[in-house]
Amino acid sequence: MNETRPLLSRVADAVYWMARYIERAENVARYIGVNLNLQLDLPGDPSQHWQSLIDTSGDSAEFVKRYGEATQHTVVEFLAFNAENPNSIFSCLRSARENARSVRETISSEMWEQVNEMYLHMAAQQLAPGAEWLPEFFRQLRLSSHLFQGITDATMTHNEAWHFARLGRKLERADKTSRILDVKYFMLLPSLSDVGTPYDDIHWSAVLKSVSGLEMYRKKFGKLEPHDIVDFLVMDRDFPRAIHYCITRADASLRAITGTEPGTFHYRSERLMGLLRSELDFTPVDQILSNGLHGYLDALQQKVNDIDDALLTDFVNWRPPVQTQSQTSTVTRGSR
Amino acid sequence: MQFANYKTDGFYDEMFDAAGVPRPEAKLLVDTIESLDDGQFLRCQRSAERILLQLGITFNVYGDNAGTERIFPFDLIPRIVTAKEWAWVERGLKQRIRVLNTFIDDIYHDQKILKDKIIPEEVIKSAIFYRPQCIGINPPRGVWCHITGTDLVRHGDGQIYVLEDNLRVPSGVSYVLENRDLMKRTFPQVFEGLNVRPVDDYPSRLLEMLQTIGPHGDTENPTVVLLTPGIYNSAYFEHSFLAQKMGVQLVEGSDLIVQDRKVWMRTTKGLRKVDVIYRRIDDDFLDPLAFRPDSLLGVPGIMDAWRAGNVALANAPGNGVADDKVVYAYVPDMIRYYEGEDPILPNVPTYLCWRDTDRQHVLGNLDKLVVKAANEAGGYGMLVGPHSTAEQREEFAKRITAHPRDYIAQPTLALSRVPTLVEDHFEGRHVDLRPYILYGNEIEVLPGGLTRVALRKGSLVVNSSQGGGSKDTWVLAGEAE
Repeated sequence: MNETRPLLSRVADAVYWMARYIERAENVARYIGVNLNLQLDLPGDPSQHWQSLIDTSGDSAEFVKRYGEATQHTVVEFLAFNAENPNSIFSCLRSARENARSVRETISSEMWEQVNEMYLHMAAQQLAPGAEWLPEFFRQLRLSSHLFQGITDATMTHNEAWHFARLGRKLERADKTSRILDVKYFMLLPSLSDVGTPYDDIHWSAVLKSVSGLEMYRKKFGKLEPHDIVDFLVMDRDFPRAIHYCITRADASLRAITGTEPGTFHYRSERLMGLLRSELDFTPVDQILSNGLHGYLDALQQKVNDIDDALLTDFVNWRPPVQTQSQTSTVTRGSR
Repeated sequence: MQFANYKTDGFYDEMFDAAGVPRPEAKLLVDTIESLDDGQFLRCQRSAERILLQLGITFNVYGDNAGTERIFPFDLIPRIVTAKEWAWVERGLKQRIRVLNTFIDDIYHDQKILKDKIIPEEVIKSAIFYRPQCIGINPPRGVWCHITGTDLVRHGDGQIYVLEDNLRVPSGVSYVLENRDLMKRTFPQVFEGLNVRPVDDYPSRLLEMLQTIGPHGDTENPTVVLLTPGIYNSAYFEHSFLAQKMGVQLVEGSDLIVQDRKVWMRTTKGLRKVDVIYRRIDDDFLDPLAFRPDSLLGVPGIMDAWRAGNVALANAPGNGVADDKVVYAYVPDMIRYYEGEDPILPNVPTYLCWRDTDRQHVLGNLDKLVVKAANEAGGYGMLVGPHSTAEQREEFAKRITAHPRDYIAQPTLALSRVPTLVEDHFEGRHVDLRPYILYGNEIEVLPGGLTRVALRKGSLVVNSSQGGGSKDTWVLAGEAE
C-alpha cells in the first residue's frame, strides 16, 4: 500500500465505527421492514415475530425491562427511535455522525453530508401509533445507507482509512447475517415437519428478504430449502451479505492495511481473521448442520468479536514503551 | 425587493451615503436586488440557511448539553470594500503585524522597549498572557504571530479603527470561505459585473506558511498537523474544515506524545514525527507541564520540544502578551519606536484605568464609555455605557476601583451599518470586520474577511455567542496600487 500519509490510531477507530454504525442501522431497518411486511401475511398473533426481532438484536433483557411485551409499536420504538438504546437506529446514526464529525478531514465532504443528512432525517421523525409511513421510512433508511456506501466507494481514496471503514462494515454485516439466521432457524425448526405449507415458504422468504437475498438465492438454488439457505447465507462466496463473502473482504482489507504476505501473519488480528476465513473456505455445510447450526453461529459471532478486540489492540490502543499519558476518547465507542 | 423605505438613521452606512443614495461601488448590487421580487430574495435566504444545516456548518454552544448545535446566522447582503480603501487597510495591517511581532520578540529577549521606558515594565509583567516560559526562545524565522485576525471597525466619522489585534488563536476564517461559497450557490446573479477578489486560496496560503516555518527550515515536506481540543469545542467545525482544505491531519492532544524532545503522533503503524503544529488550543491548555497542570487537552512536554527547536508552533506561545488591552493602547507608540513611522491604521482612543487621571475620567463618564476587561474576549466582561443600567455602572465602578489594571475604557463607537434582512424587509445593523493576516516568509493579507453583524436592533455586540451573525465581505479588484 502506498504510504503517503500515516493514519492516526484514533482516526482509524472512528472511521471503522462510523461504518459499523451505519451498517448496523441499515440492518435494523431491514429486519423491521421485512417484519412489517411479513405480519400482513401471517394469521394469528404477530407478537412472536416481533419478539424474534428483539432476540436478533441481542438486547432482549434490556427490552423486557423497559417494555415487557413485544408489539409492533414497542419493538419499533425500541429498535428504531429509542435514544437510550445504544443500538437503536437513532443511536447508531447519532454515533456514526459523531464519529464522522471527528474525522471530517479524513473522509470526503460528500460522506459527511450524507451521514449528517441521515441523522437529521432520523432525528426529525417522531413515532406515532399505527403509522402507515413506516414501511416507506425504513425503505428510505436502507437506501440512504446504500447511498452512503456508494459515496464512500466513489468519493474517497481507497486508502488505509477506507479499508478500516470496509473492515467495520463487513464485520458488522457478517455478525448481523449470522444473528438473523440463528434466530429464525431456531424459530422455524419446529415447523420443518410442515415443510411445503405456504407459511413455511413465507417465513424462509422473509429470512432471505431481510438480507435482500431472496432473488439471488432463487437464481442459485431455486426451491427454498433450509439446508440450501444456510449454505447460501453462510458459505456463498459471491453474495455480498453472505458471511463467507464478508469475511473474505474483511481479510483482504486487513491485508491491504498491514501489507503482510498471504498465508502469514504479523498481527494477532490477522491470525484470527485468517483462521476464520479458512474455516469458511473449507468447512462443508453438511458438517455445520450435523454439528448444530446454533452452536456454529454462536462460535462464529464470538470469533468476530475476538477479531474486533484484536484490531483494537493491534492498531488503536497500542502503547509506545514509555508512554505515561492517559487517553480519553471523546467519541462514542461501539459496544463490541 | 426594495430599499425604498430603508433608513440610515444618521449612522455611517456601508452601502448608502448620508443622503440615502447608493455608494458608487454598491450601485450595481442595489439595482440587482431591487430587480428581484420579494419572494425570490427570501427564497435565496432560506435556501442559504438550509444549506448551512445540511453541510453541518454549526458551532457548539457552551453551557448547553452536548449535541446543541446552531448555525452561525448568515445574511445575504454583502459588505463591500473598495479597492482603494482595501489597499490602505492592507498597508496598515502589514505595518501593525510587523511591529507587533518585533515587540513580542523584544519582550522575550532584550526588552529594549521597557528599558527605554516606552511601555512601563509593570504593564507587561502584569499581563495575564505574558509567559516568562518563553524568554530566550527563538521561534523559526523569528515569527511569533503567524495567523492574526485583527478586528476593525468604522466609526461615524467614516474612519476605520483597529479595535483588537487577536494574536492568540483567532477564529472565523472558515466562515469567510463558506460565506463566499454559499453566496455563489444561492445568489450567483449578484456577482455579475462586479470584480470581487477571490478568497478561496486561503487554505493553500496557510499551508505554505506552515510549511515554511518547519523546524529545519528547508525540509522539503515537513509533516504539518492541526491540533484541536476536540469535537465539543465551539470552533471545531473550523478546525476540521481547515485541516480538510489543507489536506493535513487533524489531531487531538491524546494523539500526540513527546519523546526525546520531539513530538510524535500515534498511528496505526507506530509513532510518526510531527514537524509543524497549527494549534487551536490556548496557551493555558497546551502543555500541562508548562502551564495548567490540570489540562487534559494538551500534550505534556510540547513546550520543551518547541524550546529545543524540534517542532514549530503556530501561533507561538506567549504572543498573547500583545492582546492585553492595556498593551494595545501602546501599539501606536510601538510603531513609532520600532519603525520610526506614524501608524497607518489608528487605534480607538483608550483610557487606561490604572492611570489616575484616566480613571477619574472613566468613573465620571461611565454612561458614555465602553468599559472592557483587559484580558477577556468574546464580548464578555464588558459594559456598554449608554446601554447600561445605574446598577451595572455601580458594579463596574467598584471593579475598576478595586482592580484598575484590569480595565480600559473607550468612547462608544457608532459602528457603521449594512442593510440586513429583518423578517421581510431591510434594516441597518452594526458591523465590524476581521481580516486575516498570515506571516511566514512575508506578511500576506487575505483580500476579504469576516464581517460580523449584530442582528439585534441597536446592538453593538457582534460576537456569535451574543446574537451575532455574519455576511460575505467583498473586496473589489481595481487599480488601487
